[in-house]
Amino acid sequence: MSQPLLTLEGISKRFGATLALSGVRFDLRAGEVHALMGENGAGKSTLMKILAGNIERDAGVIRIDGQEVDIRSPRDAARHGIAIIHQELNTVPDMTVAENLALGREPKKRFGMLDRTAMEQQAREKLARIHSAIDPRRKLGSLSVGMQQMVEIARAVGENARVLVLDEPTAALSRAEALELYKLIEQMRTAGVGMIYISHRMEEVWQLADRVTVFRDGTYVGTGPLSEISPADVVRMMVGRTVADLYHHEPREPGRPLLTVKGLAGQAVGPVDLSVRAGEVVCMAGLIGSGRTEVGRLIFGADVRTSGRVEIDGRASSPANPTEAIADGVGMVPENRKEQGLFLDHSVEDNVAISSLDRFVSAGVIHRKQRRSAVLGEMKRLRLRLNAVDLPVKALSGGNQQKAALARWLLRDCDVLILDEPTRGVDIGAKREIYEQIDGLARAGKAILVISSDLPEAIGISDRLLVMRRGRIVAELESARTSEEEVMLHATGTAVNAANTGAQA
Amino acid sequence: MNSDETNALKEAKPAREPFDFARWWDRVGILMVLVVLVLLMAAIAPNFNRVDNLLNIARAISINAILAAGMTVVILTGGIDLSVGSTIAVSGVVAVIAAIAGVPAPLAVLLGMAVGGLCGLVNGWLTAYLALAPFIVTLGTMTFLRGLAYTITDGQPIVSSGLNFRDLGNGYIGPIPIPVIVMVVVYAVVWFVLERTRYGRHVYAVGGNAEAAQLAGVQVKRVVTSVYVLAGVCAGLAGVIFSARVISAQPTAGTGYELDAIAAVVLGGTSLAGGRGRIVGTLIGSIILGVLSTGLILLNVQFFTQLLIKGVVIILAVAIDSLKQRPLFLRAGGPKP
Repeated sequence: MSQPLLTLEGISKRFGATLALSGVRFDLRAGEVHALMGENGAGKSTLMKILAGNIERDAGVIRIDGQEVDIRSPRDAARHGIAIIHQELNTVPDMTVAENLALGREPKKRFGMLDRTAMEQQAREKLARIHSAIDPRRKLGSLSVGMQQMVEIARAVGENARVLVLDEPTAALSRAEALELYKLIEQMRTAGVGMIYISHRMEEVWQLADRVTVFRDGTYVGTGPLSEISPADVVRMMVGRTVADLYHHEPREPGRPLLTVKGLAGQAVGPVDLSVRAGEVVCMAGLIGSGRTEVGRLIFGADVRTSGRVEIDGRASSPANPTEAIADGVGMVPENRKEQGLFLDHSVEDNVAISSLDRFVSAGVIHRKQRRSAVLGEMKRLRLRLNAVDLPVKALSGGNQQKAALARWLLRDCDVLILDEPTRGVDIGAKREIYEQIDGLARAGKAILVISSDLPEAIGISDRLLVMRRGRIVAELESARTSEEEVMLHATGTAVNAANTGAQA
Repeated sequence: MNSDETNALKEAKPAREPFDFARWWDRVGILMVLVVLVLLMAAIAPNFNRVDNLLNIARAISINAILAAGMTVVILTGGIDLSVGSTIAVSGVVAVIAAIAGVPAPLAVLLGMAVGGLCGLVNGWLTAYLALAPFIVTLGTMTFLRGLAYTITDGQPIVSSGLNFRDLGNGYIGPIPIPVIVMVVVYAVVWFVLERTRYGRHVYAVGGNAEAAQLAGVQVKRVVTSVYVLAGVCAGLAGVIFSARVISAQPTAGTGYELDAIAAVVLGGTSLAGGRGRIVGTLIGSIILGVLSTGLILLNVQFFTQLLIKGVVIILAVAIDSLKQRPLFLRAGGPKP
């Protein structure tokens, strides 16, 4: 094989206390689709941010065509022909397609006047190169996510990108849009563009990619051609153990229903019926944007309910806000721990105790010794380092931050616990401990509703699965008797297409 | 592998840093500035370190310090209250008019505080329930309340030589001026509320992350409303003391005081972004501003020059507070090929 287009060697990056990347390597050939896989928090995104010049590496070498290059800014990355299509799109929704495509290099007339005609002409040319018929005069925000992504790709191709990073490109796409994207990837492959493809979807990777590289906890695990590797191999490489071990739990025997939801609807979801029994773990699966988080927030009173009712252990609970839901015995660990869950500057103690202060007060005054010993008790249970109790929670690793977020509700001793993406961005050790806690809570007679985009996890830790699509529950599956494929089938709602384009490996 | 141990190893490092400037500054930095300033003034300003001068300084700062105590609580939630200066005028005017009409002194004082609380309630309600920006809301009420003070008094001071609560501004208990005692009580109460009560923790939570506070069960809107009420009550109290001190109702009272209060809060290390800061810092910040003013007067520094120096001191303090947050202050990053 000829010289690789891109080589990364010995790349390391540290964020405060966490070593995000430890001497990883990666290479990419022209005209190749190279999948990069790994659990959340394995270091994929960090490596891509380094490649894009968004963050600087601490150590390591980047080569393009064998020549060592230094990438310290997005400008450097663009100069070397590297373009990234992000999960969060990098475009300005209030500007037109043409304006977005010209961003930073707008054609000018005399006296610095913007040349709109030229700008729209250039936009048409760029879109034509990817065979897209999007009208360049439309506001970008008026396009679907898939079409916006096409515009991003048109921009990358228009700037003659040689290395294209696609970070979970199909996560928010409809099936038809995904198929369009696959076609486009094939075209770019023919044109000699090297593509780094980050995805959690196994069938997609086996369909598109030539090779796969796996990272785990910030380290390089291995690389191989997909023709010689099975999905099971990759999963084993990703988690460092067999999946069954990670999710293993003894059979549970659920009791009476603790959480009952009838006809619950909000702005964009529902009506939804569901129930979770004491000692039961129920997972809500589905694509991003299918309404799982919204259902959790409605039960918790965090969003406005338009109709329906909630019962906690047979008692009506119609929370107008989270305070009332908590009083009814519900707790929720939100999706985004840094923005919604934690007070990053405040101590671990404050973060854990905030929802249970009523237990430690008389006439509003806090008994500090009681609070301290209760918080330490929960930290011990979650195996958090006890002398971190006074540290700001931002000084902890992602996994320990998540444990602190969970500790808040363990301390509260809620009957019903809603966990939204409880292991996102968490290392494997903390993940296993969180699973143990979930199992332990269920055994203690709590009702646990988990929202997870990680399919093996959703199936592995739960007793039942509720699959959501477009704001409704479309299927209820028994975890012990289902498969990732079956869940995806319901989640995408396109059984026929899925069968035709599914895994070929 | 024991992940507990690895986590402990990973996270032990930052805690064991030999010297952490940010932490040191947070704890004692501003206090050191005060100590240095006091020593400097004692050395060069004539009569500075006489007991009566120090008590005069204490009395002079008490009004701003009481204002700053309420302001601290507002800023801890990430808000701001520009209307407290005007609240001083309105509450002072109301208390004096009530006293002249024959209302007993304690009731007149309470009435002044209640008027302040009512002004704060308007600020808080508009900020919390209509979700308007507090800067704009309180800019509006600042103007409105000043207009109200002028309207009630017809623009003229109301002098009342027999004002029944005049001792609140001019009296002593032993050698200590009464405003100083009031100030100490206010700080003790606010300190206790912030540090030792559930409500205090909720204030910090709202300022630290309002969305997380909501999802943790904190009644964010109520907390936000309440802090403006608290700031208003403090301003009302400051207004009554001001009137007692000058034995009259002045429609121009407290003009620009809101900025001095904000300066004291910021000097004391409270973050304008909310969630971080301590009431003790604000007291020290107030004292620094007072010592600086008095010292410069004793040194016969011109008033114009005093303003120049005060401005520089405020910016320096904020600059240090901001720089300590940045990693570049601690270590340089970048790749090492």
